[in-house]
Amino acid sequence: MIKSSDEKRNGTGDGTRVNEIAIEARNTIKAFGQGGVAVRALDDVSVEIRKGEFFTLLGPSGCGKTTLLRLIAGFETPTSGQILLHGTDITHLPPNKRPVNTVFQSYALFPHLTVAENVGFALKMQGRPRAEVAQTAREMLELVRLGHLADRRITQMSGGQQQRVALARALAARPQVLLLDEPLSALDLKLRQEMQVELKRLQHETGITFVFVTHDQEEALTMSDRIGVMSAGKIQQIGSPREIYTRPVNRFVASFIGETNFLPATLGPEGARLSGGEVIELATPGPRHGPVTLTVRPEQLRLTPPDEPGALPATVTDWVYLGTDTHVHLQLRDGTALVARLQSNPSGETDLTRGGAMGVRFAPGAVQVVED
Amino acid sequence: MSALEDQARARSVRNAWALSAPALVILAVAAVGPLLIVLVYSFLTPGKYGNVEWQFSTDGWLGILFTRDIFDETLKLADAHLTIWWRSVRLSLLTTLFTFAVGFPTAWFIATRPPRARGFWLFLITIPFWTNLLIRTFAINEVIRNEGLFNTVMIRLGLFSEPLRIINTDAAVLMGMTYVYLPLMVLPLFAAIDRFDMRLLEAGYDLYANRWQVLRHVILPIVKPGIVAGSILVFVPSLGAYVTPRVLGGGKNMMIGNFIELQFGQGRNWPLGAALSVTLLLITTAALLFYVRAANKGGNGHG
Repeated sequence: MIKSSDEKRNGTGDGTRVNEIAIEARNTIKAFGQGGVAVRALDDVSVEIRKGEFFTLLGPSGCGKTTLLRLIAGFETPTSGQILLHGTDITHLPPNKRPVNTVFQSYALFPHLTVAENVGFALKMQGRPRAEVAQTAREMLELVRLGHLADRRITQMSGGQQQRVALARALAARPQVLLLDEPLSALDLKLRQEMQVELKRLQHETGITFVFVTHDQEEALTMSDRIGVMSAGKIQQIGSPREIYTRPVNRFVASFIGETNFLPATLGPEGARLSGGEVIELATPGPRHGPVTLTVRPEQLRLTPPDEPGALPATVTDWVYLGTDTHVHLQLRDGTALVARLQSNPSGETDLTRGGAMGVRFAPGAVQVVED
Repeated sequence: MSALEDQARARSVRNAWALSAPALVILAVAAVGPLLIVLVYSFLTPGKYGNVEWQFSTDGWLGILFTRDIFDETLKLADAHLTIWWRSVRLSLLTTLFTFAVGFPTAWFIATRPPRARGFWLFLITIPFWTNLLIRTFAINEVIRNEGLFNTVMIRLGLFSEPLRIINTDAAVLMGMTYVYLPLMVLPLFAAIDRFDMRLLEAGYDLYANRWQVLRHVILPIVKPGIVAGSILVFVPSLGAYVTPRVLGGGKNMMIGNFIELQFGQGRNWPLGAALSVTLLLITTAALLFYVRAANKGGNGHG
């Protein structure tokens, strides 16, 4: 599944090379509360979301991702800064005047209307002829594969079906941007995986710009063209899933997305020197000098015999068998703890011993310098 | 097996009847009995000094809308009676409308307060219930009468040169009934709005509805059961109102309640009074049936 969505990502990537900007947030600050107790939910956030891309805002709860989404939808007005849609300032435009629709976390379907009436709501409010409303509602329900349930009441639908109705309803008026606020969080794992594929398909078929909010890094990695990682009201990094994973800019991004190891080091002309004295060559030596933090993913660690030249001497403290992989916990001479993720043997056995000496090597180019 | 089940079912049915027997007896003696007496009296002949004579007559029922000419005994539509009926229905409908117009924003306000503050606001709404209806009505009288608070202040301020005559008009009755029955509208509306999922408002705005459309297509259909309940709770007692029209409307602006009282008092026409009472009861029942139907519809049909 990861591979197929990878291919799709590349497919839609071609379309985004036009680099036309759909949504732009310019220096937006959103503060809640007054004066001294004011909390900045968004702290000077600037982001450009390209037309036709699947953009994900990823971060832990309270990081400001939902606030940014609500600013784009128009439910909140920024304390300062601007929101632009295709270059037009929409900062103070009310939500009903924005060609932007939302799939709510709670779905927020109208309980007094049928499925088809829910889907046709936007068009009805826009005063479209009744026949067109009914026709579009039918098409949209076909698109989310619920055509046969058009006359059902919302209360008779399962969670997964309600999710599809919410999607069809938000897409019915052909918005320029679709906002999705953690839409999959209420679904169980199997349905969630189905909907991930479904969402990518819908985005591909409609060509609409999707802005997706989630705290689930795996969801973000598998679905997005680009990800904006947020924390503490700021955008930490924006990039493709591969960039975010392989070249995290700071400690937060590195640890929030996937698992990783951190090593304290000092940058010098020859490379990064660990506190134990070993020197690691960096693929892209930065201009900086002095104390830094290095990061390397567990799957980029190789175990070698302890006396192999160039390998870091380490001690095995423990290992955990996880089926496909085995996690080996190691300690370097300076006390730094590392985790190596190795593919398990066919037998599942290892020839490791607790307290045994080992050598550790890093795959070329796997070590990154990150900011704290 | 099924015989045992039948036995158990029969026993539970017997128990249910036994449990509800006291209530049924009270209802039979205190509600159905008097109603039957009223029904019987409506078909008798008025006695000279009140009470009835045991002689069958439909004059009581004819008197609801007609009057008999004193010379040739022909039936004519009684304008005075029609006026009273019309005033009762009109004032009750207007009271319902006014309590809704005032009560809906009030209920919305309370339901959107933080949970802890809601109790305080609801408490304020129920305060008028602490005082006797008659006293509250006289209090309004004190405010709106010619020498009352309102007119005194207006004249002192130089806004009016002479008192505005409100007392003893339909407007005074309407004002009084709107005040008295407002809580009956606010409370069911509050209950309905309290259950309303405010997130649907954002969904409405998001889907291109303006404020008016959100009210019309999202809020009102969903809180409709509360609107219907409040309207019935206000309309039914308004129709039979007695104290308010008596104190604020004076002798002339009678409503049905006062008209019925008149027949049992000075009018000495108990059959007409009885027939009027039964008619009022039928109208009220029709209103309640309408409510039950509307409430069921709101529950499972198209809003």
